[in-house]
Order: sequence, then C-alpha cells, then structure tokens
Amino acid sequence: MIADKLQQIGAATIGNVRGYGRAGIMLFGALLGKPDIRKGFPLLVKQLYVIGVLSLLIILVSGLFIGMVLALQGYTVLVKFGAEQMLGPLVALSLLRELGPVVTALLFAGRAGSAITAEIGLMKATEQLSGMEMMAVDPLRRIIAPRFWAGVISMPLLAVIFTAVGILGGHLVGVDWLGVDGGGYWSAMQANVDLYQDVMNGVIKSMVFALIVIWIALHKGYDAVPTSEGISQATTQTVVTASLAVLAFDFILTALMFGG
Amino acid sequence: MYIAFYSFRGTTALAAAESINVSDILIDIQQLTFSRGDRVIYRDLNMQFARGKVTAIMGPSGIGKTTLLRLIGGQLKPDSGHIMFGNEDIPLLSRNALYAARQRMSMLFQSGALFTDMTVFDNVAFPIREHTRLPESLIRLIVLMKLEAVGLRGARDLMPAELSGGMARRAALARAIALDPELILYDEPFAGQDPISMGVIVRLIRSLNNALNLTSVVVSHDVTEVMSIADYVYVVAEQTVIGHGTPEQLRAHPSPLVQQFLKGEADGAVPFHFKAAPYEQELMELVG
Repeated sequence: MIADKLQQIGAATIGNVRGYGRAGIMLFGALLGKPDIRKGFPLLVKQLYVIGVLSLLIILVSGLFIGMVLALQGYTVLVKFGAEQMLGPLVALSLLRELGPVVTALLFAGRAGSAITAEIGLMKATEQLSGMEMMAVDPLRRIIAPRFWAGVISMPLLAVIFTAVGILGGHLVGVDWLGVDGGGYWSAMQANVDLYQDVMNGVIKSMVFALIVIWIALHKGYDAVPTSEGISQATTQTVVTASLAVLAFDFILTALMFGG
Repeated sequence: MYIAFYSFRGTTALAAAESINVSDILIDIQQLTFSRGDRVIYRDLNMQFARGKVTAIMGPSGIGKTTLLRLIGGQLKPDSGHIMFGNEDIPLLSRNALYAARQRMSMLFQSGALFTDMTVFDNVAFPIREHTRLPESLIRLIVLMKLEAVGLRGARDLMPAELSGGMARRAALARAIALDPELILYDEPFAGQDPISMGVIVRLIRSLNNALNLTSVVVSHDVTEVMSIADYVYVVAEQTVIGHGTPEQLRAHPSPLVQQFLKGEADGAVPFHFKAAPYEQELMELVG
C-alpha cells in the first residue's frame, strides 16, 4: 500500500523531470545555432502580429477597467483619511509592480498561449511538423523559435501598454469623475514612483513571465499527444500551468525585489 | 563477388534474381532491429531498394510499415543495424549530415501533411524557397511545372482545406518532387481514395518514377495496386521479411502467409480468431 503510493509519487516525479528535460531540449534546439535573418525576420514579424498585435484589444480593455476599478476602490479608502491625493501613486504602483505584469501574463496565457499550443499540437497531429523535418527544415527553428521570440518581445510591451492604459483609466475615474485634483494625481505619482525600483522591476517581472508562458505554451503543443483529446488536454494544461507558474514566480520575484 | 557479399547477409535473392550491381542499390537495410518499449517491431530486417525502381513494402496493418519509412528518413533511430542511403549510414549521421541527406529524399505522408496556412502554390514552393536562393520568377516556373505534372496547375491558389483527399495527396506529391529528390517514400498512397483518384495516383507514381529517374518506395496494403506498379515487392510480417520478389515471383511464393495476404483470405496462416480458450469449453463454463 505505502510502497504503491511511493512508487506512484516516484513515477510522477520522474515523468515531471522528463517533461522539464524535453522542454529544455526543445528550447535549446530552437535557439541554438546562427539565426538566419533573411528567412527568420519575416517569420518573426508575422508572429509578432499574431501573438502581440492581435492581443492588444483584450490588453487595452482589461487595462482600462482594472485602472478604473483600482481608482474607485482606492478612493473610497483614501478619502476616509483625507489622503485622496495619494490616489495617483496607489494606482501607478499597483499597476507597475503587480497588476500590469501579472494580469498581462494571465491574459496572454489565455489568449495567445492556448492558441499557440493548439496550433502546434494540430500541426503535429496533421504530420506537418514531420513533413517539415523530412523536407530538411527543422521545425524547432522554423516554428518554435519565431513564436518564442515574438512572445518574449511582445509581452513586456503589452504589460507596459496595460499599465499605461490602467493609469489613464485611474485618471478617468479618480480625477474626471470623483474630482481628485488632476495636478496632484500626476505630481504625487511622479514623486513616488521610482524608475528603477518600480518601473524596471515591473518590466523585469514581465520578461520573466513572458519566458515562462511562451515556453510552456510551445512545449505543451510540441509535446502534445497528437489526437483531438491530447490537444484539448494540452491547451488546458497550458493555461493552467502557465497561470500557476506566473503566480508562483510573481511571489518569488516580489520577495526578491521588494521583500528586503 | 557481390553475390557472395550479399549472401553473407543472407539476402542473395534480390541481387541474384535481378543480377544487379551493388552500386545500383540506393538503400540497403542491414540487420535492422527496432523496438518500441518492450514491443519488438523489427528483428534483423534486411531489405534493398534498387535505384530507379519502384519497390513496394506490403504487410498487414499495424506491423510498422510507416515506422520503417521514418527509420529510413532518420526520424527514428533503430536499436541496431544499418540503413545505408548511398554511402551514408542514416542512423549514424550527424544532425547536419542528416538534414543534407533529407534534401535528397522526400516523403509523401498519408495525410498529405500540406501546410494549412499556405496556398497550394506556396506549399509546393516551400522546399524550394527554404533550400535555394532562386529568384521568385524561376520558383514560379518550377512550381507550375510540378503542379502540371500532377494535374493541379489550375488549383494553385486554393488552400489545402479546399482540396479533396485525392487532390491534397497530389498537391503533396508535387511538393515532394519540388527539389527533384533521388528517393521518394510513399506512405499508404492509396488508402482512403476513390477508384478514380486511386488510378491517378497509381499512374503518377509509375510515370514520375520513370520520367524523373526516381527511386520509389511504396508502403501499402492495397495488393492489386501495388502488384500492378511495383518492380519488386517485400512482404513484411512477424517482425521481418516473410517473402520478396518480383510480383510474378511473389504470386508463386510457397509461404502460406504470403499467399493468404495476397489473396486476402480471412482464415489461414493468420487465424481469423484472436488467441482464446477453446470455444466449446468457454461456452460450457458459462452455462455451468
């Protein structure tokens, strides 16, 4: 009984470690070697469009609403202490340090990550990846690498856009609706937001999340069981695993950056 | 001399029957053993594919015929044995050498494996664009010639989803011959085709083989079609080659298993019933 349980745990652990290994080998194979700018650049641009530009709408709308809600919630508390002029820093710091990178990563995992997994899984199921290999074209470099770089480049930019729109949303509710002083909103923000401590750390977080989400999405697709059931499982796993990994890494990074 | 060389590996038949030179053999599979997990797929398999000929591999479903093509293409590695492609041993090649070797071979997948995000034209142009630096006008010329050869010049602007199964396979065939390979591997080219497109593909395999001086390897279990176009046939079952020869030689083959397969008999060397306890005994047990 106990031996069985131990064996199960052992098997699961070995399976997991193997998975990490395969994911590592996949990424290594995709990124190793001299990049071919002539062929690679158009592929990268296409993926930047599909992964980055097409995610803009959901990022803009979510950013705006989260900024607005933050201002509304923050105002009701701050006004009790007569500290409503601190609304600007509250909105800006929450977005820059936490919500911008984290929510962008979660939305990105749902919007682009699941699409990437499904696309690559289907390519595998329809033998397109095998076909490419037999045509002496490495699918890791042709399919995986451009999507990886497109994700790593576009997600921090999306997080910055999310944060900027959120701050504007905060202004819309705080200043234009609830009547907080507009000059105070911006000047308090300017005085309290530090370029390195807040802005740069947020961007660093976002880069780490980008790496995690895109890597998981690519690996789950590339490693998917090539059946309809396998692809549906892989897509779900991408969203669940990537979201949990983002939250876990957010805690670790926050502890490292702001904990001490 | 060469007969002695081959009889050493126990495969005199092909060399003797066709009296061909060693240099006429493009692919030489020697003592190939391959297993998946605990299941042995091939044990000490020997096969030779002559240059310029259509060689067919037949056998019941599920014995790993597609696996054999993937082994030749270097997508799988055997447990032991050699797969000589010209002078190169495929399983031992480095990544770069393997990719160079793959430029000289092509594979037609059962599904066609066309890229669904490109038109038929771009699909056929794909290998040319990837491996050459030809100007677009010349690529256009080559692609149209290849599409003309399979009768799909008019379908160049269609997306793969708009093609019928037979057309998709022909488009994939045009892509497979885009770079004028030496060897083309067909994975079940006749499976799931209506009689007309089956006839078209049968004719295409033969005519392309002759016109382009290809070496073709056809994996299939469609006996009639295969026997009509193949120069040489291997019948594979039970992890190894159970019979081989020209279609005429094979029809007179003494092995009951080969005969059962060729004639499509339900019962014989391969029993109709899956292994089980005697029927009467089991019924009696149930009745008690």
